[in-house]
Amino acid sequence: MTSDKTFSRRAVIAGAGAVLAAPAVVKAQAQVLKIANLVPRSGFFAQAGQSMHRGALASPALLAELGYKVEIVHIDTESNADVARTQAERAINDGCHVITGAFDSGHTLAIAQVAEQRQIPFVVNVAAAPQITEQGYKYLVRNFQTGGQLVTNGLRLIKDVTDAKGIKLETAVFLHANDTFGTAQRGAMDAIWPRVNLPIKLVESIAYDPRAQDLSVEVTKIRSINPDLVMCVTRASDAIKMVRDMVRQRFQPKAIISPGSPGFYDEEFYQALGPLADFLLFGLPWVNPKSAMSQAFEKAFQKANPNNRFAPDGFNAGFTFEGFLIAAEGFKKAGTTNGPQLMEAIRGVNIAEHVMIGGPIQFDAKGQNVNIGSAMIQNIKRTPTVVFPSAVAVTEPVLPLPAWQGRS
Amino acid sequence: MLWSLYGNVLVQGILTGLVYGLMALGLSVIFGVVRVVNFAHGEFAVVAMYAAFVLFKQFGLDPFVSLLPIAAAFFVLGYGLQRTLINPFVSRPEHEQFILLVGLAIILVNGSLMVFGPDARSVNLPYSFDSWMIGEIIVDKVRVFAAIAALAVASLLFAFFRFTQTGVAIRACADNLVGAAVVGLDVKRLYALTFGLGMACVGAAGALMVTLTDATPMIAPAFTLLAFTIVIIGGMGSMAGAVVGGLLIGVVEAMASLVIAPSMKTMVSFGLLVLILALRPQGLLGRRA
Repeated sequence: MTSDKTFSRRAVIAGAGAVLAAPAVVKAQAQVLKIANLVPRSGFFAQAGQSMHRGALASPALLAELGYKVEIVHIDTESNADVARTQAERAINDGCHVITGAFDSGHTLAIAQVAEQRQIPFVVNVAAAPQITEQGYKYLVRNFQTGGQLVTNGLRLIKDVTDAKGIKLETAVFLHANDTFGTAQRGAMDAIWPRVNLPIKLVESIAYDPRAQDLSVEVTKIRSINPDLVMCVTRASDAIKMVRDMVRQRFQPKAIISPGSPGFYDEEFYQALGPLADFLLFGLPWVNPKSAMSQAFEKAFQKANPNNRFAPDGFNAGFTFEGFLIAAEGFKKAGTTNGPQLMEAIRGVNIAEHVMIGGPIQFDAKGQNVNIGSAMIQNIKRTPTVVFPSAVAVTEPVLPLPAWQGRS
Repeated sequence: MLWSLYGNVLVQGILTGLVYGLMALGLSVIFGVVRVVNFAHGEFAVVAMYAAFVLFKQFGLDPFVSLLPIAAAFFVLGYGLQRTLINPFVSRPEHEQFILLVGLAIILVNGSLMVFGPDARSVNLPYSFDSWMIGEIIVDKVRVFAAIAALAVASLLFAFFRFTQTGVAIRACADNLVGAAVVGLDVKRLYALTFGLGMACVGAAGALMVTLTDATPMIAPAFTLLAFTIVIIGGMGSMAGAVVGGLLIGVVEAMASLVIAPSMKTMVSFGLLVLILALRPQGLLGRRA
């Protein structure tokens, strides 16, 4: 018996095409958004990466409560841009629909290239390098301030908070790490300082190696200048060294304020310095203590991480959560995981209720969130506490800096 | 005043340099005798820092006290490592030794990361933040204690090699291995003793270092690099060279921070390394091969 069915070459090619396209069709119709969260959980940035990871562990419960269906894939970039690039490729091959991350600007740029080539949305949660949103990437949005915005907002907050307290600061020294972030902040400071008209004379900028064993010489140098204000761009380990050497050298400025950098709010900073960690100030985008979603997220965080305090992790965890929230909202709007359609929906989100301080999450044509806010935070009883602006503050700032000696 | 600024920086450089010297001493001792370059040197120092941290947190033991049991434990660890893991590699090509020790270093760093996490762990002693004012010079108490302890440990080691029979036997092994074997010295045992002594130095240096800086897994490669720089400047295998090299690096880095820029100090110490390699390849106190 012979079959009367014949297969034309065209039919075979169409059939093969359908088989090959099937995973993409299935992917496009997925009911759950698969998000790859790439953060540096080991290596040089491990402390921040672990903090973000704790936020990632807490997020699914709250997202589910809010009606979003997401699956989060946790990936370690090992503080290495090459690993970040490779892992982004791998995550896409494994069927992830969106990438979030990646804390370090260099890692972020490496992932952005992959996302662009593969047409997969990339929601940047923390990374400040201006070029991230200046290079014309179509598959990227950033829910974080640029380095310039961090410094501008940080300096404005210095003026506002000193004006509010009636404190006069005449001279300042700027101390910064000589890594990518610190050098970018120095560039922003050089460009922005003359424009903000602060009534303070910037006497000197000092770059230091963040991998140095101590900052005794740097502090000796600052002590010899004796400024009223020390502005610094640090991370936790070098911030510890800086304060420790200031106390040992009995150097007491009127204020120590970071105009937009991490370091002062990490748990290791509080553990290492105890009461000496108190009263330092920093201007940063921060968790809104008065938002209902922040409070819900804090509860979810404590449940997922019972051994960690939310307040020191709030910055990293909050931005991590918001990265997922943006992706999930985009998915809800688009109703598909198809890259170009999902990206279009993500770029068009308008999320009024969220965790970090600021207006609704909305992106401009370059993919930059235009409504992200900053606050002045002060360490009070070893807890980062919002002290300015008053709309979101929970207590009054303490200025000038109380003496190092006699704290308990 | 300018002179007090330079004076402060010079004192800090000397005090830090002495601890650097002790850190490098272990590497120099091991290389000088066993001819194995310990590429896991900094990683072992970090393990010692964590040991001091744990002893402080659990038992309130001051690192200046706990350095003794830590050094003893590291001696035993070094002895055992040499007899079991390192010894089979002593006569093998250098690249095989390199792979072994780098592998060990990776295990130590990631093991520390798994056990202690990435956060910096610090030991805050009652005098951690105290200092003396000598005229216009401020001297940190903890740095002075660390420098004195480093000098004491180095002196003990020098005395051991100079005045004990075992020390003389180890020096004989370093000078002429075949001759030492011919006269009946137990070379394998002496190698293990030397590795143990080198590791005891690393243990003591790690315990001292935790009083000056915080323990994190990620500082280990920096310690290894620092120790290598010092040992090459001082002279590979020269114990006095390690101490002199440490002092030199401490002072040069401190002065470079002041005169040029703090962020350039590492570049200056590497510049010094290149200069010494060019002018005196065997190092300041090393002997020509």
